[in-house]
Amino acid sequence: MNVLNSFALLANGEALDWNQIPEYSLSDFIRNVSEELELGARMVSFFALPEGSEKRLVAVLALDSSSVLCVSRSQPFSGSFPSLTPKYPEAHLFEREIYEQYGLLPLGHPWLKPVRKNLNVIQDPKNFFSVEGSEIHEVSVGPVHAGVIEPGHFRFQCDGEEVLHLEIALGYQHRGIEEALLGGPHRLSIHQIETIAGDTTVGHSTAYAQALEALAGVQAPLYALWVRAIALELERLANHTGDLGALANDVAFIPTSSACGKIRGDFLNLTALLCGNRFGRGMVRPGFSPIDCEPKRLALLSERFEQTLRDALQAVGWLWDSASSRARFEQVGAVDTPLAAKIGLVGLAARSCGLVRDVRFDHPTGWYRFAQVPLAVWPDGDVFSRAKVRWLEMQHSGEFLKEQFNSQPEVESAEKITSLAPDKLSVSLIEGWRGEICHVALTDSEGRFRRYKITDPSFHNWMGLALALRNQAISDFPICNKSFNLSYCGFDL
Amino acid sequence: MQILHFLSLVFELLISLVVWLLLAPLLPGIVNKVKAWVAGRKGPRLFQLYYDLAKLWKRGVVLSDLASPGFIAATAVSWIAVLAAALLIPLGPVNSLMSFSGDALLLLYLLALSRFCTSWAALETGSAFEGMGTAREVSFAILTETALITAVLTLALKSSSLTLSLMLTPTPGAGTLLLISGLFAALLAESCRVPVDDPNTHLELTMIHEAMILDHSGPLLAASLHGAAMKLLLFSVLLVKIVLPLDELSGIESTLYLIAGIVLVCIAVGLVESFLARYAFKKVPLFLTTAFLFCFFALLTAWKGFAQ
Repeated sequence: MNVLNSFALLANGEALDWNQIPEYSLSDFIRNVSEELELGARMVSFFALPEGSEKRLVAVLALDSSSVLCVSRSQPFSGSFPSLTPKYPEAHLFEREIYEQYGLLPLGHPWLKPVRKNLNVIQDPKNFFSVEGSEIHEVSVGPVHAGVIEPGHFRFQCDGEEVLHLEIALGYQHRGIEEALLGGPHRLSIHQIETIAGDTTVGHSTAYAQALEALAGVQAPLYALWVRAIALELERLANHTGDLGALANDVAFIPTSSACGKIRGDFLNLTALLCGNRFGRGMVRPGFSPIDCEPKRLALLSERFEQTLRDALQAVGWLWDSASSRARFEQVGAVDTPLAAKIGLVGLAARSCGLVRDVRFDHPTGWYRFAQVPLAVWPDGDVFSRAKVRWLEMQHSGEFLKEQFNSQPEVESAEKITSLAPDKLSVSLIEGWRGEICHVALTDSEGRFRRYKITDPSFHNWMGLALALRNQAISDFPICNKSFNLSYCGFDL
Repeated sequence: MQILHFLSLVFELLISLVVWLLLAPLLPGIVNKVKAWVAGRKGPRLFQLYYDLAKLWKRGVVLSDLASPGFIAATAVSWIAVLAAALLIPLGPVNSLMSFSGDALLLLYLLALSRFCTSWAALETGSAFEGMGTAREVSFAILTETALITAVLTLALKSSSLTLSLMLTPTPGAGTLLLISGLFAALLAESCRVPVDDPNTHLELTMIHEAMILDHSGPLLAASLHGAAMKLLLFSVLLVKIVLPLDELSGIESTLYLIAGIVLVCIAVGLVESFLARYAFKKVPLFLTTAFLFCFFALLTAWKGFAQ
């Protein structure tokens, strides 16, 4: 039997009738999913939802090479299900989350700890993987860190300066966003979406808009798609610039570090020029574009952008010119390509390990169907590689934006979305600056959200950081961490 | 006469104390100004460390539950040891009042005592960070101290003396160039500057000296910061005295040259911090071994020159 028959196929940014999605008994469902993963599909989302007194599993997989997403669901059940994790480690956090959210036990899961909540029902959250030995010492960092960063707990098992194992415990910023969206869209929903991860406001709000447009059967006007693409690339540039500056700061290389902090602000100010908010709040709304970029503003934007991009490329250029900085980045925190594929890395972290994964390329939607950004891939998987991919993406996005400023479409009138179609499921992927943002929305019989599943790229990638630290010097943790720069609140939801 | 001599001794002591206690916190200020200037920032005030010390002095002390009274004692002894080491160094026209044959050795021992006490205090807190910082500090110190001892041997060999006031006189030649290169590297390591350590980092995992004083607060932290500043001044004075023939100049000129020299050293430190990324820890021993080799070759040249 062709496995694909057991899945409903759809493209990114499309919706399906809930009844069209094939339903299988639990064991068949798990078998189908694992066969598909075996054939090279990638797990995009895997979650449970209540069905009466029982629960149901839904899997969304991506076939990147054929630009197709596939969805399948299990029949309602209760109790436990066979864990996919031992064979497909990319499922491990999804299964822990399913257990935490709906109490379905993944049988055979090797490390069933809470994901976000401090529950003792599973494995004691305070029980960390530990290493025995006379020379072994444990270092615990956080959740409160020096410097103004988000909270997360890191537990290192060290042999002298060498890290044998790192375990990361998050959830300190769990706000219950998925729960808050149930029964929506509410008036507050878009604002909640915009704050899933403050540095990825445009990414998440675009994914939300795309999911809603699919559910409402509405096509956003070209003008809105253009604005979204501009905003998304500006967000990418701002964050990449900030990250490269932060990497320079961590190795105490002052010129790049101080310049990039300022230039990141310049990019944010360009976003503010478009929508009035430096982080792009109010930039994206489902169904239409609240932004009207008149020619005068566009000219100013384009002019200031070119200057800012020049400044950014120059400042980062200093970093590459500094041999002492390059030496600090090379061969530190490497994740090899097979491992990266196995744990399901996405976005920038995956591309830095030589994996060709970019939603803008594999599953293009919106403006990216008309204008392509070249992919940036680097094979080594180390800190240098992640810095290099950022550098390449800055150049690519810069060129892309310069072209797009000259191809502004006509402003069209468009309506706000008032109601969603009932009993539909939509999948929306967006390549945010960190990587693949996935929003899966399911409506009930009245067209309200029955389930809204958000997967920030950080959810896939935190494991990458933990593995990058294996057999590395503990003093290299900060640059490894910065090179991934994952979101805590995007993970914690 | 006796009384006059005694009074002049007291006067000298007071001047030395004033210089070491009051001027030392200026040095990190100069370094930071240079860094800020290179980065295009305004940077903290030149006298920022004075404000910080005054603020810390007024604050209370939070002690680790595990710390014994040794925590406070060790911190104090560490500061006193640096001050005592500093007082051994002759300052321009003001001759060191405690000058005696062998004071160079005492200098090395006092610096080692200070390090021992800082490490002791760090371990008293029972924190993993501080243990890690101490392990790094003492591992790297093995190499830095070797370089320092070699440098002192070189100076002793050149001047056939073990008295600092006689040893710290410049001699022209390649040996001096080697010696100041080695000593400058040792200065960077001893005063926890880039590329060995990063005094500005907030990342506990990458710290050396900073990690050791993470649990110091209030006056104890002030003592640690002030001690570090004195150490920077101490090594700067050593470097300047090896390069500039201050003893041949008149009192005021010599003082001016000494000050200019110290400022130059601080600017050099600031420039190194501005343009060099910090080394990975595994590369630090290579850097310090190089410093040792510079001093060692200076020793060889001094020895050969002496033999001729």
